[in-house]
Amino acid sequence: MTTNVISLVSIGAHPTSGRPRRAEQDARAVELGLQMAGDKLQVLHAGNIAEPTLRSYLGMGLPQLHVLEQPAGSDALPVLSEYLRDAGAQVVLAGSQAETGEGSGMLPFLLAEQLGWPLIVGLAQVESIDGGVAHVLQALPRGQRRRLKVRLPFLATVDNAAPKPRQSAYGPAQRGELAAHEVRIEEDELFHAAVLQPAKPRPKRLKVIKAKSGADRMKAATAKASGGGGQVLKGVSPEEGAQAILKLLVEEGVVR
Amino acid sequence: MSDIIRRDPRAEWIARNRLHPLHAAMQPVQHSWMGPNGVIRKNVHGVGFIGPNGIKRIDRSGAQQGGSAKRTAAVEVQLPLHQIAAPAFYINVVPDMVGGRLSSHDRDLLGLARQLAGSDGAVLAVVFGDHKESAFATAGVDRLLVLEGHAFDGYSPEQRVQGLRAVDNQFNPRHWLLPDSRSGGGELGRRFAASLKERPATRVWQIKGDECIGRAGAGQEDLARPLPRLVLAAAECADPVSETRHEVLPVELSTALARSLPRIEDLGAVAVDPAAIPMAEAEFIFSGGNGVKDWALFHQTAAALGATEGASRVAVDDGFMARDRQVGASGTWVTARVYVAVGISGAIQHLQGIGACDKVVAINLDPGCDMIKRADLSVIGESAAILQALIAAVEAYRNGAKRDAA
Repeated sequence: MTTNVISLVSIGAHPTSGRPRRAEQDARAVELGLQMAGDKLQVLHAGNIAEPTLRSYLGMGLPQLHVLEQPAGSDALPVLSEYLRDAGAQVVLAGSQAETGEGSGMLPFLLAEQLGWPLIVGLAQVESIDGGVAHVLQALPRGQRRRLKVRLPFLATVDNAAPKPRQSAYGPAQRGELAAHEVRIEEDELFHAAVLQPAKPRPKRLKVIKAKSGADRMKAATAKASGGGGQVLKGVSPEEGAQAILKLLVEEGVVR
Repeated sequence: MSDIIRRDPRAEWIARNRLHPLHAAMQPVQHSWMGPNGVIRKNVHGVGFIGPNGIKRIDRSGAQQGGSAKRTAAVEVQLPLHQIAAPAFYINVVPDMVGGRLSSHDRDLLGLARQLAGSDGAVLAVVFGDHKESAFATAGVDRLLVLEGHAFDGYSPEQRVQGLRAVDNQFNPRHWLLPDSRSGGGELGRRFAASLKERPATRVWQIKGDECIGRAGAGQEDLARPLPRLVLAAAECADPVSETRHEVLPVELSTALARSLPRIEDLGAVAVDPAAIPMAEAEFIFSGGNGVKDWALFHQTAAALGATEGASRVAVDDGFMARDRQVGASGTWVTARVYVAVGISGAIQHLQGIGACDKVVAINLDPGCDMIKRADLSVIGESAAILQALIAAVEAYRNGAKRDAA
């Protein structure tokens, strides 16, 4: 039995040139979906169907891509949740944040809240799906992994720990089919009050030394880094030393 | 203050100069006086001064007069205490508490909360489970709410959101601040926002009055908007509190927390290959230097501990470790939480490379080396014997843990 997987995709922007491209994390969501469901993967986009970049997702070997047609600046949340409620998906994958627009990363959380599904953040690998329960690996900072058990259906976001997306090929991209769906259009009220502006480079934080005397300032400028008052075990047997080290490592939670 | 005993030529000069305004203060203490029975008493210990080598010198020629001024210990500066008896409003902060302590991101966030609270409001920090932090007072926490319970152990985002909702109901804070970080705050904040149905401002790096600016999209644009109730702030969003001390009064939830059946079950951490983790972001590094003679034993210990291996420049130059394992100014600047240095004396370039490490453990033969001054725990001794004992201790610990579980 194959799983019914839907990947949500958006239009990205190249980090340097700003040109439209397939979004990095969404492409990873498609890759993970292809590994889980193969040809059965459904890919869903809410936005403009005329955008040529959409075809780069088709170039990853998809027969078709569903588009909920919306003009720019409309709210994708209600139409997506309406579509997903009836689509019968067991797993919905999405990137963790959009590369254009607000990019708050709230969409998967709001979708999960509206659908009442559990949400996994930072999905790295799906180990098994068995009898309505999935065992998955979640990516943590510093290259760590955590195993989670979650009931189907669930939503998951992927980040850069997910498998690297395959290349997009030109031929399949042109042959693939874009299936348009008519939906109700709702405007997003965010931009009534908020303004998008080119990103300002953030000032580098200065190292301010709050010293009362000249000697303190001199010390702060020249002194070597020192913990000051660390515990020194001298003249103990290797076993005692090792026990002390192990105690600290266990306290810090790095030795399990 | 340094422990080296030094002569103070200036004090001696003032003591000789009868016209100097400080002359009287620099006179050595009187060492002979008339006792109650008319006998002259002498304090033989008050004579002379302590020389540069710590040996008492008595100069009977009369040239030496001052220099025995008492040594002033470095006084810990007590910052002024900021007290709020009845807060007009609360600013709630949920710090990440990576490893049970406030991270620098958490401190920045508390600094931002302090700015928003001003003189009438109180900063309320919400902490889940046990913590090891002792510096909440200087970080700017007026009230501390610790949510205890086994429900918050491990990965429990749904329980935590319920906890935060209960806090929200009781304290009704003016703002909620969470760190927009990958170590939990970003996720918890978004879950909480979705559950409150509030639209948060994300990746906020500046708050000015009622406006906030945050990064949007992939970082090419900024989004300026009115300050919402829920803010997910980026690192370095404000300066941490540095000039005041705060009360850290404990507060409690008045209602018991509702427990729901979690839909996501945490099955625990998965062992990952420590060698595959990039050094710059490894959490636990086991590093060897010139003092390591038995490299096979070193690798065996690293494997037993499950640590990522690192090396000092000498070990790399001598060909015992690969170049990409070098820690320090010309190698990798590591950010490990725990760094174990075996046989590394601590050249300044190496100490720079481990500047961001939280806990440093040193195993070394030389008790006077710089690494031991930096380390939180140092064991002086032959590294080979200690490493063997460490392997045995880890195995015993793991076996013991298994037996307890069974």
